[in-house]
Amino acid sequence: MTEASPARVLNSDLPLSPADDAAHSIGPLALAAHRFLLWLRSPRPYLMLVGFTLFIGFWYLAVEVWKLPRFSEMPGPTVVVREWFSRNPTYGLSIFTPEYYMHIWVSTRRVAIAFFLATAIGVPLGLFLGWSERFKQYIFPVFELLRPIPPLAWVPLAIVMFKGSETPIIFLTFLASFYATALNTMLGVESIDVSYTRAASCLGATRWQVFLHVIVPGSMPFIFTGLQISVGVAWFSLVAGEMVSGQYGLGYVINTSYTMVRYPTIVIGMITLGIVGYATSAIVRLVGAYLMQWRTRELALGGDR
Amino acid sequence: MSVRPAATHINLAVSAQPTRKGSVRITDVVKVYGAAGAGVLAVDHCTFDVPPGEITVVVGPSGCGKTTLLNAIAGFHSISSGSIHLDDELLCGPQKLKARPGPDRIVVFQNGALFPWKTNIENVTFGPIMQGLLSRAEAYEKARDMMADAGLRGIEHNYPGEISSGVRRRVEIVRALMNGPKILLLDEPYRALDSLTKSVMHEALLEIFYKSRVTIFFITHDLEEAIFLGHRVVIMTTRPCRPKKILDIDIPHPRDYSVLTAKRFREFMDETAAAVHEEAIKAFAAGEKER
Amino acid sequence: MAKSFALKALGFVSGDDFWRGIASIAVFLIFWEVGSRSQALFGFAFPWVSQIPPPSSVLQELIVLIQDPSFWMSALLSTLRVFEGFLAAMVIGIPLGLAMAVSRTFYGITFPVFEVLRPIPPLAWVPASIIFWPTQELSIAFVTFLGAFFTIVINVIGGAQAIDVRYFQAARSMGSSTWDIFRRIILPATLPSIVVGATVGVGITWAVVVAAEMISGGGSAGSVGGSGGGLGFFIWNSYVGGSYTQIVAGMISIGIAGYVSSAVLRKIGKWLTPWLLEN
Repeated sequence: MTEASPARVLNSDLPLSPADDAAHSIGPLALAAHRFLLWLRSPRPYLMLVGFTLFIGFWYLAVEVWKLPRFSEMPGPTVVVREWFSRNPTYGLSIFTPEYYMHIWVSTRRVAIAFFLATAIGVPLGLFLGWSERFKQYIFPVFELLRPIPPLAWVPLAIVMFKGSETPIIFLTFLASFYATALNTMLGVESIDVSYTRAASCLGATRWQVFLHVIVPGSMPFIFTGLQISVGVAWFSLVAGEMVSGQYGLGYVINTSYTMVRYPTIVIGMITLGIVGYATSAIVRLVGAYLMQWRTRELALGGDR
Repeated sequence: MSVRPAATHINLAVSAQPTRKGSVRITDVVKVYGAAGAGVLAVDHCTFDVPPGEITVVVGPSGCGKTTLLNAIAGFHSISSGSIHLDDELLCGPQKLKARPGPDRIVVFQNGALFPWKTNIENVTFGPIMQGLLSRAEAYEKARDMMADAGLRGIEHNYPGEISSGVRRRVEIVRALMNGPKILLLDEPYRALDSLTKSVMHEALLEIFYKSRVTIFFITHDLEEAIFLGHRVVIMTTRPCRPKKILDIDIPHPRDYSVLTAKRFREFMDETAAAVHEEAIKAFAAGEKER
Repeated sequence: MAKSFALKALGFVSGDDFWRGIASIAVFLIFWEVGSRSQALFGFAFPWVSQIPPPSSVLQELIVLIQDPSFWMSALLSTLRVFEGFLAAMVIGIPLGLAMAVSRTFYGITFPVFEVLRPIPPLAWVPASIIFWPTQELSIAFVTFLGAFFTIVINVIGGAQAIDVRYFQAARSMGSSTWDIFRRIILPATLPSIVVGATVGVGITWAVVVAAEMISGGGSAGSVGGSGGGLGFFIWNSYVGGSYTQIVAGMISIGIAGYVSSAVLRKIGKWLTPWLLEN
């Protein structure tokens, strides 16, 4: 005990983390490819195949083979597929007609505008609501007052308030999206462990620096979950709005296909909506994963709790 | 007989500030939570000193109020009465019930508070950059040196989520030391670690201490940890806490794990175990009653 | 117990935050009132607010409506639709979600199909639903069911998957049968997530019911003049008939109804999960 102990632990040169090398060399793309290969080797893709076969199989059998009573008027999968991929569709809409893409574009554009507006206003608002107790006390009650009103209930009022046919629909979509974003952002801020803000103030950060370096990055995971929900809600409201009062757009297509007895087109519209909705949600998720590299890596490597 | 290690060119030794001492004087501090009258007494007339340049460990059962004391020094909580001084400067007292958090008293948190969204070196350089004391390049250079000195070379650009929790603690300590604090406040930092990792962390902490000589105020419920690490051990009663026994541990530094089986160590354990156990039983009984 | 409730209510009312909230609501209402009357007051009309009827007129309308039995019929109709759709979603969704959480195989087969159908907005199903179901009432109910169904299933799966595996191990080591484990561990542990899913789901259900009512013209009851067809139809009808105050009054009523349903569900949820302590 009289010997000066050299810094044994500090100089030990042992690897500092189990995934030391992996952490350095794997980029996000390689990580994703690796996980895809793992997925292919699991039973999951085959179960998925079974599920879809059962679903489409049942639909096919019920409508076109057994001709079950309730299903008599519905279009079967073969009819839909044939129509969707035909160069000369009976009802005017297929992947080869420009109108198809025009409708997709109109709907997507509306969602995009509403979504970006909602994010631009909702995220800052949510951040402040979570960050400043005083601000929340003033603003939150008014916020909550209007929230229970469902988006579509706003349609007549929106038509009355705004001129033109585009703005009411975008307003509707914006409202629903905005609420989801603002709420989730606020929850994100409130769920940040207080130790982080305390640590930052210990280290000499001003309130504004704490906001920028702790609050904003810390609530990102919640914000992006909120954004995914927000995109979904946006599509929900958009379709509702288009079905009630619109020209062009996928909701409009579905509605008019019904009134004009073009049933296969209804299904085409629905499937297209599903695909586009999923794609937009996936884009948001991917952007989030890219911006939050720290979280993707943490989750991928399992961490050390 | 204690032998001081030979002075080596150390970067962890925080750049000389002549006034840096880090002695804390806690005088008659009382803390009551909740409305007056129906409140809960957490700290009951606590008085003791934290000598500069030494490791002072506060031991007590969970929930006794020792974290409240730490938070009061750090500036996260206010006190109800009494005063706390840092090097003769008032931190909080009768006119000013809450201290302001600052880089002269930095906390290392129980569950770790390294920012998960910043890389390790971004974390370590956070303090000086935020305060505008160093440019980015200067801060990074200093950080690289200090991290290397603390045995953390190579993980500068990893995220905290990619390294083990024991290593995270060390990074957090270096992050604190970058700011030349007068005192380091450690709030049960090794509580969540298994005992094998803990013993390695203890040695690492001591090694860092020997290099930097910063005052350390350490809270734990583990008596062995306290006696192993501390120059001075303060044993607290159960809630509301009050110093029950204060010991100066004269086991010489530098210490290593062989201390744990030394005769003097066992003597200290004998002296204190009964007192700690007594408080533990009281705390357990009080916990039962709180339904 | 009554005493502590009274104390809490008083504390709430006397708190600064309560009055701040009231203050901003008051500001909001004033702004609305002034904006609506801007043409008369200032000689020029504010951009959007001036098109809406002022709160004072809406209040008068509400008072009239409250005394009108056909209005309550509409409200009841909407509430019933919400109730049946929501109940159906719970009855089918909870067991399905639990099955998916418990069996990996079942999950592997059903989840992809589920995920593919989920992005399709419930309202897009309206025409298909009308074609399929014999009555309009049933078609509205189906769409309503869809609205809440997806949310509930997702929440149930999430809740069941989050159950700490040690609960199972503890139960097994004490000799529990599979049915016991299901009844005493899985069900109670998933209950909080079910409650959350239900509270969110009921909001969606209201949105879908209102939308469906507007789109399909109020269902079978809608053809009978204005005395029925639900609140969504009521609003649409008011718009068509040009009565703007009724539009806003209708919106407010729906908002209140939606809020009340969520609150009721949250209360039931708290009663069902007493072990979740509030801080």
